[in-house]
Amino acid sequence: MTAITDIPDAPRAARRPQLGNPVLHWLRKNLFSSIPNGIISVLLLVLLAKGIFSFVQWGIANAVWLTPTNDSSACRAARGLGACWAIVPEKYRFILFGTYPFDEQWRPALSVVLFIALYYLSTRRALWRRELVYLWIGALALISVLMWGGVLGLSFVSQDRWGGLPVTLILATFGLAVGFPLGILIALGRRSKLPAIRSLSVLYVELIRGVPLVSLLFMASVMFPLFMPAGFNIDKLLRAQIAIILFAGAYLAEVIRGGLQAVPRGQYEAADALGLSYWRKHRLIILPQAIRHVIPPLVNTFIAFFKDTSLVLIIGIFDLLTTAKTAIIDPAWQQFSVEVYIFAAAIYFVFCFAMSRYSRSLEAPATPK
Amino acid sequence: MTADHPRPPSRRRFVLGRNQLKGLFWQVLVVGIATAVIAFLWSNTVTNLSARRITTGFAFLGREAGMPIADSLLAYNPGDTYLWAFVVGVANTLRVAVIGIVLATILGTLIGISRLSANWLLSRLAAVYVETLRDIPLLLQLLFWYVLMQALPAARAAWRPVEGIFLSNRGLILPAIPFGPPQLTVLGTAVLGCAVFFLFRRWLVAQQMRDGKPRPAWPSALGLIVVVPAAVSLVLGVSWTVEWPQLRGFNFVGGLTLAPEYFALLIALVTYTSAFIAEIVRSGIQSVPRGQWDAANALGLRRSFMLRQIILPQALRVIVPPMTSQYLNLTKNSSLAVAIGYQDVVSIANTTLNQTGQAIEAIALIMAVFLTISLSISFFMNWYNARIALVER
Repeated sequence: MTAITDIPDAPRAARRPQLGNPVLHWLRKNLFSSIPNGIISVLLLVLLAKGIFSFVQWGIANAVWLTPTNDSSACRAARGLGACWAIVPEKYRFILFGTYPFDEQWRPALSVVLFIALYYLSTRRALWRRELVYLWIGALALISVLMWGGVLGLSFVSQDRWGGLPVTLILATFGLAVGFPLGILIALGRRSKLPAIRSLSVLYVELIRGVPLVSLLFMASVMFPLFMPAGFNIDKLLRAQIAIILFAGAYLAEVIRGGLQAVPRGQYEAADALGLSYWRKHRLIILPQAIRHVIPPLVNTFIAFFKDTSLVLIIGIFDLLTTAKTAIIDPAWQQFSVEVYIFAAAIYFVFCFAMSRYSRSLEAPATPK
Repeated sequence: MTADHPRPPSRRRFVLGRNQLKGLFWQVLVVGIATAVIAFLWSNTVTNLSARRITTGFAFLGREAGMPIADSLLAYNPGDTYLWAFVVGVANTLRVAVIGIVLATILGTLIGISRLSANWLLSRLAAVYVETLRDIPLLLQLLFWYVLMQALPAARAAWRPVEGIFLSNRGLILPAIPFGPPQLTVLGTAVLGCAVFFLFRRWLVAQQMRDGKPRPAWPSALGLIVVVPAAVSLVLGVSWTVEWPQLRGFNFVGGLTLAPEYFALLIALVTYTSAFIAEIVRSGIQSVPRGQWDAANALGLRRSFMLRQIILPQALRVIVPPMTSQYLNLTKNSSLAVAIGYQDVVSIANTTLNQTGQAIEAIALIMAVFLTISLSISFFMNWYNARIALVER
């Protein structure tokens, strides 16, 4: 609270001549600029040193890194003193791929690689063309073939046996891939001049955004069978996927609506003057500009979704978090849940952090330094 | 679908134009499809329910619930009705949401300001906090905190960070003042005093606007909010003795107990949401143009006065709308309680659903509760936002 750097006195600071040792100068400027600041710095340094010391002691010095297969005695001996990272090499196949047949686990692994490649390519500005849509369709089809199999000599694996990271990526990616066009339609509907369509869209968005995702997932797992004709039932994973798509559609619609509002009126008028039809006007003129405006908030919405897919744990679908939680049911390893959660958190963190960095790099040119 | 601009009035006024016809066609089509889908789902549901012999309606709310609720604010026993169980669940949700919102706002503001601190170490640490907590799913954090709670020592070996506060696998135990009707009366007087003071201050400001003479408000504040309630307390002889928790056998007696489930949920919600609030506060403060700081400095205003009267009112305009959605998020996220067994309204609805099979009613109740909470928060925040909005010409 002592001082807020928002009054950037950078020009003045730059003109001030640097005296003496640059390290001392840096320290004085950044840590000890005033007495309260100095006290805060010392306090923080002490706390930080204590924190790092105890973490190093627990997480590195006293940690158990490897044990013989299915033998947690070394870990139990070190319990309370050091971390049991040995649980990660012991359980990582299950955490990452769930109960997918062990010998076939190269298929979900390859799917994960494909997903990551797809995300990477989608971030390249040079590739933001129509071909990207075909690339997405192709890649998602290929991933489906890999996961299900049943063709090209791959054995069939039913989706009850899927689990871990691929399920998380599937729920997030398909949720967005289908939720995005849905969101565009709803956003257009909400800005439509036709009262019936507008009120339906508003109702949809407000209903979905007003309730927690958990209740939508309950609805998908409990009420969906009631909604369908007798004897017709679809798989649990697909039901959760539908709930996530409906949820994503409502949130994406609001982001896209923001973009539509940011397109200047002159663009609409010019498109009308050219005599374009409603759909051609939006497809060729309005939407490309609208979506470009909202790419950073879209990426932030993607991050939120990626994290929200973990909620399927509550209805018992084997995503990454559920496999992590299940891995520690094994009595021999029961006490080492903290280590497993840290491992799972690291995986989530890598994906979300990469996306948030990307979102920031997109925003950077807009805010001149 | 229709043209974006009104067309020049045509002479054939009672005949629909081409665009109106198209618009009508689309509306009829969309509404028709929506109705057909809903009718299809509805008829399936009715058939399925009758096949399973489940009667629809809210009559089940009057039946005995028979479910245990471990940790509740309101008195409850398993013999009570489902309706009361729901009310207890709503109270539990509000208990975690309201306290969570207050704590997350305080923590988030502190961290947001720290991110702008001139102290390099402080601003870096705040940035690490925000970046880490934002990029890990809340449910994972919640499970993590819950596991840590369970790994705490047993009640006999409880940690005592400060005398009178115990942290053990029974939760957090704090010293508390027992609250009954006499204490509530005194508190009510203080709240009433606040309201009277608020009106009185408005009158004072209006007076100052008229004749320009400053009138200090603090004596009346002291009188209305402190002296009068204190007098009431003395007259009624209300006791304010603090009850210190004590270890008896295997558990604690006295004091206020926050169950591990509640405590884990509160920590997870507060830390997670505070990371988002910190970013909102930071961008709000940064949105105040530099000229405003310079101008305030040039006027020679004291720093606290400058922050309070110049910077904060402008920053708040940017801060309040996104803050509203964070409050809504926190409230909705409190439904994750079901994963660790804290009995909020979603968890109780879920149990009800499993016991009675009344899926539609249970989910309709969840939705009604959350829509009501969401609308109330939006309503309050919109009112507040309108109050602090810049009055433009």
